[in-house]
Amino acid sequence: MLEVQNLSMRFGGLLAVDQVSLDVREHEIVAIIGPNGAGKTTVFNCMSGFYKPTGGKILFKGGEIQGKPDYKISRLGLVRTFQHVRLFSRMTVVENLLVAQHRHLNTNLLSGILNTPNYREKEQKSLDRAAYWLDRVGLTDMANREAGNLAYGQQRRLEIARCMVTEPKLLMLDEPAAGLNPAETKDLNQLIISLKEDYNVSVVLIEHDMSLVMDISDRINVINQGRPLASGTPDEIRRNDDVIKAYLGEA
Amino acid sequence: MQDLLYFIQQLINGLTIGSTYALIAIGYTMVYGIIGMINFAHGEIYMIGAYTALIAITGLAALGIAWLPLILIVALVCAMIVSSSMGWAVERVAYRPVRGKHRLIPLISAIGMSIFLQNYVHLAQGSRNIGFPALIEGGFRFGAEDSFQTSITYMQITIFATTLVCMTILSLFISRSRIGRACRAVSQDLGMANLLGIDTNRIISATFVIGAALAAVAGLLLGMYYGSIDPLFGFIAGLKAFTAAVLGGIGSIPGAMLGGLILGVAESMTSGYLSGEYKDVVSFGLLILILLFKPTGLLGKPEVEKI
Repeated sequence: MLEVQNLSMRFGGLLAVDQVSLDVREHEIVAIIGPNGAGKTTVFNCMSGFYKPTGGKILFKGGEIQGKPDYKISRLGLVRTFQHVRLFSRMTVVENLLVAQHRHLNTNLLSGILNTPNYREKEQKSLDRAAYWLDRVGLTDMANREAGNLAYGQQRRLEIARCMVTEPKLLMLDEPAAGLNPAETKDLNQLIISLKEDYNVSVVLIEHDMSLVMDISDRINVINQGRPLASGTPDEIRRNDDVIKAYLGEA
Repeated sequence: MQDLLYFIQQLINGLTIGSTYALIAIGYTMVYGIIGMINFAHGEIYMIGAYTALIAITGLAALGIAWLPLILIVALVCAMIVSSSMGWAVERVAYRPVRGKHRLIPLISAIGMSIFLQNYVHLAQGSRNIGFPALIEGGFRFGAEDSFQTSITYMQITIFATTLVCMTILSLFISRSRIGRACRAVSQDLGMANLLGIDTNRIISATFVIGAALAAVAGLLLGMYYGSIDPLFGFIAGLKAFTAAVLGGIGSIPGAMLGGLILGVAESMTSGYLSGEYKDVVSFGLLILILLFKPTGLLGKPEVEKI
């Protein structure tokens, strides 16, 4: 579904990402791990169109997407979250989910002013979808609160719900468990698995929480100092000497 | 008793002017809220609204139409259409190409646009004052015959009522409609809104169009209220409305409404109790004070980054 081939990203004299390749198949959770500063988020930024890579190719559903503007990539069904929460914090929880469906509504101004049946039907549909996802991430009671007033873990879940109402094919999560307590991480764990199982979404995630990564990933890519170090199933990665060295330092 | 009547008179005058400031200020505050720039050509959009209304009124008079509601509605619709198109075109031509560049660049582009539009109207319509027919005359008077009488004219009532209707529609539009929702999202995080598939260019255009339409309403109302217009008509009104927007908290729509009313009342109180010469001193003095002591304005919220 997604294929990254020999991706390189150079900032002036710094080669932040060097010849990284990875692929994501349908119905799969792939993790990108590596020490701090390894270039994981840079890879993400290239994939989501935030940066224009200086080398390599990124194919999504067969089409090249490297260098395309981020909003075009997201319209193809490749949506991401950021390391820090980026909700519309002064809008209510349900409004956050409605506004994300703006494009899908595809109605014009006039039908809104006249409140035509067609407009109302579409509004109702997006409201239903919002309600469904609120229930799914356990935020129904918070629907009319301002998003900025939610607890951090709830904001994280709302972000995922907001991605999901756009009906993505591939979800990219940048450190989804950062700042969550163990109970919240466990909830998140189940949520991500269910995205794959029940909604047929592939997930790429960057994560430092190893228990989460090992639990849910189908495959793991390890990056160190911008270069690919290893890739394989969680078991293979756990036994890989290079990975152990990179994480623990050479003795 | 007489003092009270005098005070009430100043209050009525102030609220009248203030509500038109508020109408113009909406345009400044919405544009600032969404793309963080001051649209200095907004005063000119308002002036063009007034001219268009006058042309429409003159045209209808030439056709021999004398039914007042029809004249007002046609003038209003014409002014709104022309101003909105201008607002849209100004953004498209002068601001969109320089969006995302250094902050000063759109600002200078806006000042250039303002000078251009002003001079265009100078050339097209002449630089002298043109009389604006009052159309709505008469009013109520309160107080004894032989002493000071408070008066409230039908024109003033029209201004209040129109402003109230416009503000109500705007508030409902922003809080309820799909595009209003998208406007709020874009103003909070343009990049994210873009990522979520909102056509941010269209939303930005919509903001300019809405602001310009409200300015056109103010143009018609103030043209009738003052009785004459000239190509510089938009300049001071624009500055005042900008002050109102900053006073209320730029970026905040209720702030612009409140700021307009406060500024209008402050001005009329100064003219009534001190001297008309001082009213601009007071309004721009207020601007300086607010910038010194509460730069985010009365209703503006300071941005707090949560980490």
